[in-house]
Amino acid sequence: MARMKFLCDSERCIECNGCVTACKNEHDVPWGVNRRRVVTLEDGVPGEKSISVACMHCTDAPCSAVCPVDCFYTTDDGIVLHDKDLCIGCGYCFYACPFGAPQYPQKEAFGVRGKMDKCTFCAGGPPADNSEQEIEKYGRNRIAEGKLPLCAEMCSTKALLAGDGDMVADIYRERIMKRGTRPQSWGWEKAYQEDV
Amino acid sequence: MKLVKKRNLDTHEPVATEKRGLLGRTVDRRAFLQGTGLAAGGAAIAVGLPTRMMRRADAATAAAADGDTVLKKSVCTHCSVGCGVVAEVQDGVWTGQEPDFDSPFNLGAHCAKGASVREHGHGERRLKYPMKLVGGKWQKVSWDTAIDEIGDKLLEIREKASPDSVYWLGSAKFNNEQAYLYRKFAAMWGTNNVDHQARICHSTTVAGVANTWGYGAMTNSYNDMHNCKAMFFIGSNAAEAHPVSMQHVLRGKENGSKLIVVDPRFTRTAAHADQYLRIRPGTDVPLIWGMLWHIFENDWVDKEYVNQRVFGLDEVRKEVANWTPKVVEDVTGVPEAEVKRAAQTMAENRPGTIVWCMGGTQHTIGNNNTRAYCVLQLALGNVGKEGGGANIFRGHDNVQGATDLGVLADTLPGYYGLAEGSWKHWARVWDLDFDWVKSRFDQASYEEGGAETPSMFLRGITVSRWIDGVNEPGENIAQKDSIKAMFLWGHAPNSQTRGPEMKKAMEALELLVVVDPYPTHTAVLPDRQDGIYLLPACTQFETYGSVTASNRSLQWREKVIDPLFESLPDHTIMYKFAKKLGFEKELFKNIQVNGEEPLIEDILREINRGMWTIGYTGQSPERLKLHMENKHTFNTTTLKAEGGPCDGDYYGLPWPAWGTPEMKHPGTPVLYDTSKPVAEGGLTFRARFGVEYQGKNLLADGSWSEGSEIKDGYPEFTADMLKQLGWWNDLTDDEKKAAEGKNWKTDLSGGIQRVAIKHGCAPFGNARARCIVWNFPDPVPIHREPLYTARYDLVAKYPTYEDRKRFWRLPTRYASIQAKDYSGEFPLIHTSGRLVEYEGGGEETRSNPWLAELQQNMFVEINPKDANDVGVKDGQWVWLESPEGARIKVKAMLTRRVGKGVVFTPFHFGGWYEGKDLLDKYPEGAAPYVRGEAANTAFTYGYDSVTAMQETKASLCKITAA
Repeated sequence: MARMKFLCDSERCIECNGCVTACKNEHDVPWGVNRRRVVTLEDGVPGEKSISVACMHCTDAPCSAVCPVDCFYTTDDGIVLHDKDLCIGCGYCFYACPFGAPQYPQKEAFGVRGKMDKCTFCAGGPPADNSEQEIEKYGRNRIAEGKLPLCAEMCSTKALLAGDGDMVADIYRERIMKRGTRPQSWGWEKAYQEDV
Repeated sequence: MKLVKKRNLDTHEPVATEKRGLLGRTVDRRAFLQGTGLAAGGAAIAVGLPTRMMRRADAATAAAADGDTVLKKSVCTHCSVGCGVVAEVQDGVWTGQEPDFDSPFNLGAHCAKGASVREHGHGERRLKYPMKLVGGKWQKVSWDTAIDEIGDKLLEIREKASPDSVYWLGSAKFNNEQAYLYRKFAAMWGTNNVDHQARICHSTTVAGVANTWGYGAMTNSYNDMHNCKAMFFIGSNAAEAHPVSMQHVLRGKENGSKLIVVDPRFTRTAAHADQYLRIRPGTDVPLIWGMLWHIFENDWVDKEYVNQRVFGLDEVRKEVANWTPKVVEDVTGVPEAEVKRAAQTMAENRPGTIVWCMGGTQHTIGNNNTRAYCVLQLALGNVGKEGGGANIFRGHDNVQGATDLGVLADTLPGYYGLAEGSWKHWARVWDLDFDWVKSRFDQASYEEGGAETPSMFLRGITVSRWIDGVNEPGENIAQKDSIKAMFLWGHAPNSQTRGPEMKKAMEALELLVVVDPYPTHTAVLPDRQDGIYLLPACTQFETYGSVTASNRSLQWREKVIDPLFESLPDHTIMYKFAKKLGFEKELFKNIQVNGEEPLIEDILREINRGMWTIGYTGQSPERLKLHMENKHTFNTTTLKAEGGPCDGDYYGLPWPAWGTPEMKHPGTPVLYDTSKPVAEGGLTFRARFGVEYQGKNLLADGSWSEGSEIKDGYPEFTADMLKQLGWWNDLTDDEKKAAEGKNWKTDLSGGIQRVAIKHGCAPFGNARARCIVWNFPDPVPIHREPLYTARYDLVAKYPTYEDRKRFWRLPTRYASIQAKDYSGEFPLIHTSGRLVEYEGGGEETRSNPWLAELQQNMFVEINPKDANDVGVKDGQWVWLESPEGARIKVKAMLTRRVGKGVVFTPFHFGGWYEGKDLLDKYPEGAAPYVRGEAANTAFTYGYDSVTAMQETKASLCKITAA
């Protein structure tokens, strides 16, 4: 069984926010809620790098581990989803998540997107696939239609990849080999030596 | 305690801001911008959302009964890359947007703007119905009333002044058919006072490049950049202005190409470069000559290429000798070694391409810059080759098409110009009597450049200077009177300079008409009580037609949804006006009109019948539709169809697609590429400047396109030339009749082109590209300091031009402005540019909540050193003041993206004026979500010496805490 993963190739990401608005578009995400966003380090100076971040759909998801009402569940494809009818919007997952993925709609506690909202890997939630209820609470379910997340499908430079982790890895590995260098990912120098 | 804390938390701070906190040291531009302003907007959106969702849900329910989602194929309406858009439509509601993986241009990709176009289908913040200002308040009126009242006023002005007192400002947002119709409309109204955004975008490119090698367009394509060995970006921030082009750029880079970026800012494009050169704004010529200095010094010139295909490089050599490394470093600010390294990279990695945009064009010497870029590429032998060329990225989605179709003050469609012969050519295409067309104009002649010229043949006032056409007394202008009525038809006024004078002009007009899907900055800038009309045009997603991408390919848009509210397609509105003004019979003589909507296909067929100069003749509606249906059959690097119904064609039949549609020319993917036969998209340099200059041969020498029967240079084809060559009898009898006494540009049968190509020749001749343009003010491009320069010490050595009495009908100042040194009081160089989320004047994109949320504040980028010098902190409100007395209130953003002494503002904001939000002046519910000061309010006087392009890349300002 495939395990769905995102990977953002920082050599390709140009911080154009196509992924962000694609997500807004596909799921009618309200103002102030960002299921996905682009983060830039060293903004405006040599070494500037951008990366698009959303829920990473962790295998051992900390949000799920800490949730007091146990509203999270993992699909057969390895996508981490949550049940908005169970969720109480406490924000404990917000503490736990290393990526700042959980979002809390600003106004009403029982607003259009429930108490907590996050990236669904375009896989909706517990209600029937692409039912009115699912679309309203979670957005569209592209996975059920055999499609991949729109953010990645629409990425301007094909920096953001999404899909079966093995296939994503193959694509990325091919790029790295073509470039003839080590991955330019952050933290490399910290994890290894600079000249590795 | 607890209660207090809860209150503190409930401050409507955006959730996203807190998230960024979690992510640690992410202080980036966006984080900075998402500060304030959200609460109000956010609330509005939160209320708005459920309605939209319900519409979608309703449609889904209805569709369940009805069945299907219909897929509509369109093209993004933002930039010139031409990204395919796939829309899912249910019962007339645009419910979803899918990636267009079949499009060879974008392969499914979109930037923020492209990924958000479905929002057009909701259109809450739109101009919903015709409105008129009455006693300072917006009042809804019917279309008929509006057309009647406006029409009566226009006819009154025509009577008491002349047709030239009405200015028809058109748009790069038109599709090709509307652009053509608009130019024809202006001709039949009887004026050359018609122009559009190309004037303030790439006019200096078109003039400079066309005068160098024949055509003024992008020579290759975005896709062709996969083949580059080197890419040289100067004054182009593609990562923000043309994001999807970066897919091709980065693919080229991964194929091994070197990437060099020259810009005053360390842009997001620069972040991906192998080498970045920080240049002082306005010193492009010195930098390019500095590189050429090394190229000459090290003998890196492609000698064979230059001997065969280039004229006048030795003249340039003399000028370049002045630009020694030391002088170049002093003037440009780029270290000597960096200039040499860039030159060497370009020399050692051929073919290489050069890319430029507004950073190069928007200067008083813009035409010198563009020609210098061309000379660099000619010396390296890079033009006319895959992976080489001048990849000039155009701005708007159809600015290439609107330029080609002549929505310009100096030409009819197809760059035919305004000479009597040009008018006669088009009168024949229109099937109208030339004398009738002539009778529509002011019959008087006016003095400009020492000659008296009848109004019909005298180029009009440019969009960059329409404000002077209003403010200047009539007797100073080369027309009967000043401008009294102004149409802004798809145009953002905040994209033009000199805000206070623009406001004054808008207040002085007798009539101001906006035709646009949005009210625009025009609706709120002037303080008026009446005399403004706002007419709702629909967007290109609510109509259909062809659109020309930057690479000269034409794509066909399908209609996605019906026009929203009471909006109408532009061509329908043109019909209404033509009818009111009394020339609809002539305007639509050979164009079918259904109800009030002219048939788009018929308009394209008329274009096909007349546009021989640039080969817009082969792209019939049928061929374009076939291409759209078979997008997936085109190679994504070469753009050539491999098998299928379009086999051998290049995607979108990039012009020139010579001859008639029946001739089935495949289009020209790379201009001037002699390695292919002309019949298969090959080409030579155009013989546009005669055959000799001062006794020296201008035709190519020992170079010709593959398969040419004339194995040398040759002039452009005429009927007589065919006879001399013995090819006359290759024409059919009908063709002979049409071709007699005509040339390749004026033969309406296309026979001359067909026969020339049959013999392997380019219809426009085979000549040399020229490095000296003897008909321009500076035949060899030279450096001249900006009018407002921070290096006043250099003015003596590199002075600007003398003032001109009349230039494009208006008095034009140069030296009299530069005479004064402003650099003491206004020490910072002010430059401007784009943000990825917004487009042009930004009215449309700032009205789209998905985009508006990402950029909520107008700001100025300032180097920390300069900020500290004036005591300004990050995020603080500041006043930015221009030497001409304008001032804008913006937020300071401290960043090393700009160098010391340079500040940058994005030009997409509007709806504020000199510190005041003009929200209450918008028609109710039609204000964009995000408003801010227009950067151009504070940009100063200055116009290109050939095209009257405005200077927006090198001005001066001072900044103080607000």
